[in-house]
Amino acid sequence: MADTERPLSPHLQVYRWQLTMSLSILHRITGFGLGVGAAMAAWWLVAAASGPEAWAVFHDFCKSVLGQLMLAGWLFALVYHFLNGIRHLFWDAGKGFSLKAAYASGWTVVALSILFTAVLWFGRVHG
Amino acid sequence: MAEKQKSIRTPLARAKGLGSARDGTMHWWAARVTSVALVPLCLYLLFYAPSFLPEDRADVLALVSAPVMSLALLLTIIVGFYHAALGVQVIVEDYVHHEGWKLSCLIASKIFFFATGAAAIYALLLIDFGKTG
Repeated sequence: MADTERPLSPHLQVYRWQLTMSLSILHRITGFGLGVGAAMAAWWLVAAASGPEAWAVFHDFCKSVLGQLMLAGWLFALVYHFLNGIRHLFWDAGKGFSLKAAYASGWTVVALSILFTAVLWFGRVHG
Repeated sequence: MAEKQKSIRTPLARAKGLGSARDGTMHWWAARVTSVALVPLCLYLLFYAPSFLPEDRADVLALVSAPVMSLALLLTIIVGFYHAALGVQVIVEDYVHHEGWKLSCLIASKIFFFATGAAAIYALLLIDFGKTG
């Protein structure tokens, strides 16, 4: 089956860059990142349940440069995947397919993702 | 199988006349249902996200064990990890073409989400019932 020569879709390289293609692949990348990052969410609860030392280890990691980068990345991924996911649900319902609408919703998602990520990141109460 | 074929369908698929559909529709549908359920859950959790990482462990225990928060977390873990498992399966099936690797990735991802999800739920219940270390 693998040797069968199937018709190929056009190669990506022939396309001029478009916003919509970037947002599409970013939806997958953020979704995958959120899945991997789910382990950190599990660690959060496990550390809290385990005891003061475990919580301290987790809390210290979160305050480290790597931890901060992961948290900020995870937050952005969640906000973006959330907003763009709603965009996808509208498409699933058959709405917003025109070029104009796709671009308008796309830029809206970009702007709101940056805004909400910044608000939540800088609005955090502790550490 | 040196012979080339123009159609995207395999001879077996044509013979069976079933198209590619097996359980793909249910997979797609489950992804949508979970995504809709995650909208209010994520809104609620994101609203409280800025206070999720207090220095003092007592603060996080109090936050997590509040009834509404506990229920929101429990639902989000179940629905969210299921949604993630569905999504990662699609990504693997799209990009990993070697049959052995594909199967390995699928099995590993299912185990990963089941294990981390179970650990998160177990920890949440320990906190809820005050059985923490």
